[in-house]
Amino acid sequence: MSTEVNEIEELANREYKYGFVTEVETESAPKGLNEDIIRLISQKKEEPEWMLEWRLKAFNHWKKMTEPNWQNVNFPPIDYQDIVYYSAPKKKKALNSLDEVDPEILKTFEKLGIPLEEQKILSGVAVDAVFDSVSVATTFKEKLAEEGVIFCSMSDALKEHPELVKQYIGSVVPYTDNYFAALNSAVFTDGSFVFIPKGVRCPMELSTYFRINAANTGQFERTLIVAEEGSYVSYLEGCTAPQRDENQLHAAVVELISLDNAEIKYSTIQNWYAGDKDGIGGIYNFVTKRGLCKGINSKISWTQVETGSSITWKYPSCVLQGENSIGEFYSVAVTNNMQQADTGTKMIHLGKNTRSTIVSKGISAGRSNNSYRGLVKVNKKASGARNFSQCDSLLIGDQCGAHTFPYLEVNNPSAIVEHEATTSKIGADQIFYLNQRGLSTEDAVNMIVNGYCKEVFNVLPMEFAVEAQKLLSVSLEGSVG
Amino acid sequence: MLEIKNLRVAINGKEILKGINLKVNKGEVHAIMGPNGSGKSTLAQVLAGREEYEILEGEILFEGKNLIEMAPEDRAREGVFLAFQYPIEIPGVSNTNLLKNALNEIRKYRGQEPLDAMEFLTLVKKKMPIVEMRQELLSRSVNEAFSGGEKKKNEIFQMAVLEPKLGILDETDSGLDIDALRIVANGVNQIKNENNAFVVVTHYQRLLNYIVPDFVHVLQNGKIIKSGNKELALELEEKGYDWLKEHEAEFVAAK
Repeated sequence: MSTEVNEIEELANREYKYGFVTEVETESAPKGLNEDIIRLISQKKEEPEWMLEWRLKAFNHWKKMTEPNWQNVNFPPIDYQDIVYYSAPKKKKALNSLDEVDPEILKTFEKLGIPLEEQKILSGVAVDAVFDSVSVATTFKEKLAEEGVIFCSMSDALKEHPELVKQYIGSVVPYTDNYFAALNSAVFTDGSFVFIPKGVRCPMELSTYFRINAANTGQFERTLIVAEEGSYVSYLEGCTAPQRDENQLHAAVVELISLDNAEIKYSTIQNWYAGDKDGIGGIYNFVTKRGLCKGINSKISWTQVETGSSITWKYPSCVLQGENSIGEFYSVAVTNNMQQADTGTKMIHLGKNTRSTIVSKGISAGRSNNSYRGLVKVNKKASGARNFSQCDSLLIGDQCGAHTFPYLEVNNPSAIVEHEATTSKIGADQIFYLNQRGLSTEDAVNMIVNGYCKEVFNVLPMEFAVEAQKLLSVSLEGSVG
Repeated sequence: MLEIKNLRVAINGKEILKGINLKVNKGEVHAIMGPNGSGKSTLAQVLAGREEYEILEGEILFEGKNLIEMAPEDRAREGVFLAFQYPIEIPGVSNTNLLKNALNEIRKYRGQEPLDAMEFLTLVKKKMPIVEMRQELLSRSVNEAFSGGEKKKNEIFQMAVLEPKLGILDETDSGLDIDALRIVANGVNQIKNENNAFVVVTHYQRLLNYIVPDFVHVLQNGKIIKSGNKELALELEEKGYDWLKEHEAEFVAAK
């Protein structure tokens, strides 16, 4: 093997240097899952009675289900009775200044270009009076309130807008949907709720960052976004800053509902702790994300950049029910070391002249496994449906794997479904070419990878795109150069 | 500027270069000619720092510095530029993006301030006419869906922007029609000055009608078997490489 290839492997095998743990005092329920625990969660959160009943139904349904095993990932069996399902985080132990934070972490923050004050929040430093996050969040909320936009935690939504939650929760992902969705429905502790009223174009991009103090949503997060007729919202989930969590299993549910002529753009950057070089201690990210294009001309667009977690299992999907509705999925999934990802999308065409686009870019390095799994289904009545799918895989080194599982079910003869797939390797030739122009191997790999992901980065909101590029650079950072 | 002393190089255990000696001064153009498999491209790649090759013996000095010890990117930053025989495609990376990063890396190495976007663009605009570069090619992905001629022009264009001290052209004429050949060669002639030097690797004499060499070296079986002036290239064109085979023993013996 040439040195060139060895260098690439070295890059690929870099360790996750940026994880950190903060001591958190918590008020916890005992381990294990039973009806009492669910009653406790519901009671602690002062939920309406119907919510508790729904949770219990979900729990009873879950007990009859078995964990899925069709996905292309391996992990030891999960003991669901060994998990703490309710744990109210008290305030993190505050540090006095950034000087107390691991300098390595600060370096990462700097590389990612995270503003100083935000760095403090992320590392649990007590925020000083100059930048009062609460007041920023308040100003932000006032502006949204003027437009009639609701953006709050799921807990608050259940207290303040129970009728809206009741109307929409579980309407896209019912608790019967799958094993992890059922579990989530029974035990979810918090999440985000967004409601955009008729005709309103949400004046700013909604980011979970703005509720960071209300965050700590835990391992079972539930997000619900409703865009009424003619409205528009762009929602950003996650953060490029590395996130570590005590809880290994994360089973979130995200539901989007787009009514007539409404559009929801949902962008995710996921950088959960991926475990050490051997995959020990990483997060299992088993997420159900689905959007319903309920109205005519409605649109839902998923964009994701997935670099973290030891196992990723997620298929952000669109159910295209309204005539002329549009579903999009743009994804960059990076796996490294022992990471495993089985991710993709489902586009379910129900209405006439519905259109969907899938652009998936997988990058595998180290000894990781990266699978694209996608379903395009065209129902009998969906005449004139169109789909275009492009699934590309990029391999770094020769010990990783890339797999593509496209499923097509077309039941209408007028549908047009196209699928393109490529697999490529970062070649020693490409790196040498860039070296010869004066770029270090590390910069060369970054440049090649960023070029490969360009189609997806182009559809990310501007700021997120810049962050995503930096994240990839940091992710591929190694000891060469 | 460049001094190669008794260079022996192998790949996969097979010796390709069997003792090359070459001295290139600034302001000079050296042509390396020879049949297929004689080691011409190996020499070009070894100078640029391709790591698959094993250096068995010898020295390569560039402005007094030991090139063999240097990483390929440092050689580039020192001023060695290789125009590739088969320019590589980098999907999704625009030509300008690559060039701006490359130029600023080189400037950084030399302790110069990086060019900002406007300064860079001004420079690029100035260099574009050198190879009749079309604007559209600048924003396209590096070499992707370029024609053979466009790829070669792009190499020379990059060279014009990066302004190396030593330009190595590895069969830049291969695959070019006569018009493209003329444009590429004119480009090189415009870049050429008394402070830089060129090593032109080629099969055929026709490129040398445009880029007139000061010296011609014939490489055969891993050795330079004859050196001369530009007349040697014409003689080779007329008589073929076989003519030199008979000559080889005599030449080596004379050394």
